[in-house]
Amino acid sequence: MTVQRVKFYQTGSFAVGNRLLDPAQRSTQARMDRANSITSGHRACQGCGEALAARYVLDAASRATDGQLVVVNATGCLEVFSTPYPESAWRVPWLHSLFGNAPAVASGVAAALRARGRTEIRVIGQGGDGGTVDIGFGALSGMFERNDDVLYVCYDNQAYMNTGVQRSGATPPAARTATTPAVGPQPGNTFGQGKSAPLVAMAHEIPYVATATVAGLRDLEAKVFRAMQLRGARYLHVLVPCPLGWGSGTGETIRLGRLAVETGLFPVFEAERGEVVAVTPIRRRLPVEEYLRPQRRYAHLFDPAVRSDVIERLQAMADRNVRRFHLEGKR
Amino acid sequence: MLSQIEGSRAVAEAVARCRPQVICAYPISPQTHIVEALSALVKSGRLTGCEYVNVESEFAAMSVAIGASAAGARAYTATASQGLLYMVEALYNAAGLGLPIVMTVANRAIGAPINIWNDHSDTMSQRDSGWIQLYAESNQDAVDLHVLAFRLAEELSTPVMVCMDGFVLTHAVEPVDLPDPSQVDAFLPALRPRQVLDPAEPVSIGAMVGPEAFTEVRYLAHLTQLRALDRIPVLARELRDVLGRGGTGLVDPYRCEDAETVVVALGSVLGTLKDTVDELRAEGVAVGVLGVTTFRPFPADALREALRRARRVVVLERAFAVGVGGVVSADIAAAMAGTPQRHYTVVAGLGGRPVTRDSLRSMIADAAADQLAPLTFLDLDHDLVRQATGGQP
Repeated sequence: MTVQRVKFYQTGSFAVGNRLLDPAQRSTQARMDRANSITSGHRACQGCGEALAARYVLDAASRATDGQLVVVNATGCLEVFSTPYPESAWRVPWLHSLFGNAPAVASGVAAALRARGRTEIRVIGQGGDGGTVDIGFGALSGMFERNDDVLYVCYDNQAYMNTGVQRSGATPPAARTATTPAVGPQPGNTFGQGKSAPLVAMAHEIPYVATATVAGLRDLEAKVFRAMQLRGARYLHVLVPCPLGWGSGTGETIRLGRLAVETGLFPVFEAERGEVVAVTPIRRRLPVEEYLRPQRRYAHLFDPAVRSDVIERLQAMADRNVRRFHLEGKR
Repeated sequence: MLSQIEGSRAVAEAVARCRPQVICAYPISPQTHIVEALSALVKSGRLTGCEYVNVESEFAAMSVAIGASAAGARAYTATASQGLLYMVEALYNAAGLGLPIVMTVANRAIGAPINIWNDHSDTMSQRDSGWIQLYAESNQDAVDLHVLAFRLAEELSTPVMVCMDGFVLTHAVEPVDLPDPSQVDAFLPALRPRQVLDPAEPVSIGAMVGPEAFTEVRYLAHLTQLRALDRIPVLARELRDVLGRGGTGLVDPYRCEDAETVVVALGSVLGTLKDTVDELRAEGVAVGVLGVTTFRPFPADALREALRRARRVVVLERAFAVGVGGVVSADIAAAMAGTPQRHYTVVAGLGGRPVTRDSLRSMIADAAADQLAPLTFLDLDHDLVRQATGGQP
């Protein structure tokens, strides 16, 4: 085994490899034998939440499966920035086919491994929110209802970032994208549209559904471990801030992930067989403005005039999440 | 041993004897009987070591096949018509990735107007998809071509579709000699994939290729198809040795030696054509038939050789390129460019309209007298057309 220098961070929160922890409890990223599933040198933007999440997810999955992993990737940022021929950032067996078929391709890989008696090798499908909740949703639902042995991970940055920030079915209301411009009396994305892919996944009553953000990387790793202990269709929906699309500072990615959780806009929970079994409680609830203000995609809510009517509607969505998922229930 | 069996069931039996490891399917007429029979073979344990995946669309069917093939399994699916079009994006992807998937297409028209009956509109629309296309003349042919298809696909690491006429072949019960499992095993070795998704040796498949190498990738795909032109006759001969029957693989000339008029066609209409030619030969008409088994890659040399003595060529098209005319005709005209040969395109049997011996007789007679229009629609109901156009021809 090659020995490499490991950086330890002590932030006292959810960050990498807290050295006060027992080594077994530390982040996979703190281990010398981490897989480096996606290795350095790829072409993601600075501050990319998706690259960070993918690294944590795949290294954790690799550790959980002792390296017996195959990854299927939908078209999108993650695919484009990792494999510009003849380069590849992947150190796991990796297959990219199309934008809308990653769940089905992953099902095919799983079927082949079953047929070949190689079920010790596990399959992960992954894609962005466009590839997952829009164009690949039929394939995702098919994979779910057949309960194929695939963990599918959606890296949700809430729009089609790879093609230049257009609205997806995961774009939140009021957000400005290239196809929901900040003009007119209801600027940005329309209220009352969009879907919650995790809730739809739960309706399939698959073994495991969970949400996470890049602000809770240890939580993300733990959910990947939990998912890899199970067989059948599993779904992990990770909020990954995108500096380019959100109009946020490249150093704000983790903070925005945390603010999405602490305002109640992005509930973090786990569900088994269609029922919520755990939620991450909000430690210090914040008003949605705290989350909206640092993002230029919401700039029209504050300038030239504060659109308190729109902000109130977003606050109401956060309040509903808090009630619905009991996010303030326990400490 | 001959058995009286439906075409679809015969194909399913042949596919099963090729020992596919992953079969995925979405139902569409007239393909359904094939995948139903395969499902029964897997469920009953007669076909072991095989995963049967019921998918939610043809797009998913081809996608599952892509994943399975990339993970080192012999993968098979079947479709038709709208289903083939629904999987088009994945079809090109499978070819681009060089995955040796075998697929049966039960040829059927494409709507609108919706029509479930046979013609070649579906597969002709995919002639440039990068898949090898083999067309079966009979159910025996369909059975044997599947065995050939798996070997060819895996040897060249490229996908192959076996096209058989929907209903006319898929639902026809006739005597078929099914290859013995031992014969298939003798001809078709276990799959040795070119590359596999394996944690022991990680590979990245499906990278983004820019202008600096994209042309080269396409050129390499072309070279693979050209190699298929060399390999198909060799493999067809080898299969003939094993089975004691079968065609030459590329083209199948029938009474062409001294024929002044040669009718070129693909698929089951060749049977009717050969009967018609026999009749006309008995009457002293110098006519022959050329069946095209391999349409992609296009066997230009073999066609030139088979057609070089003919004074005129009639291409009987079971598909139609709206606004232009024939689909196969264009390729044949290009192959025969520079010869004094006359060429006629006859569009026939669209949407399941029977192509009768009587119609073929008059078509050949008109051609032999050079009275045939360059583009003719066989048995066109002119009254119906006039009704629709308000009296225009």
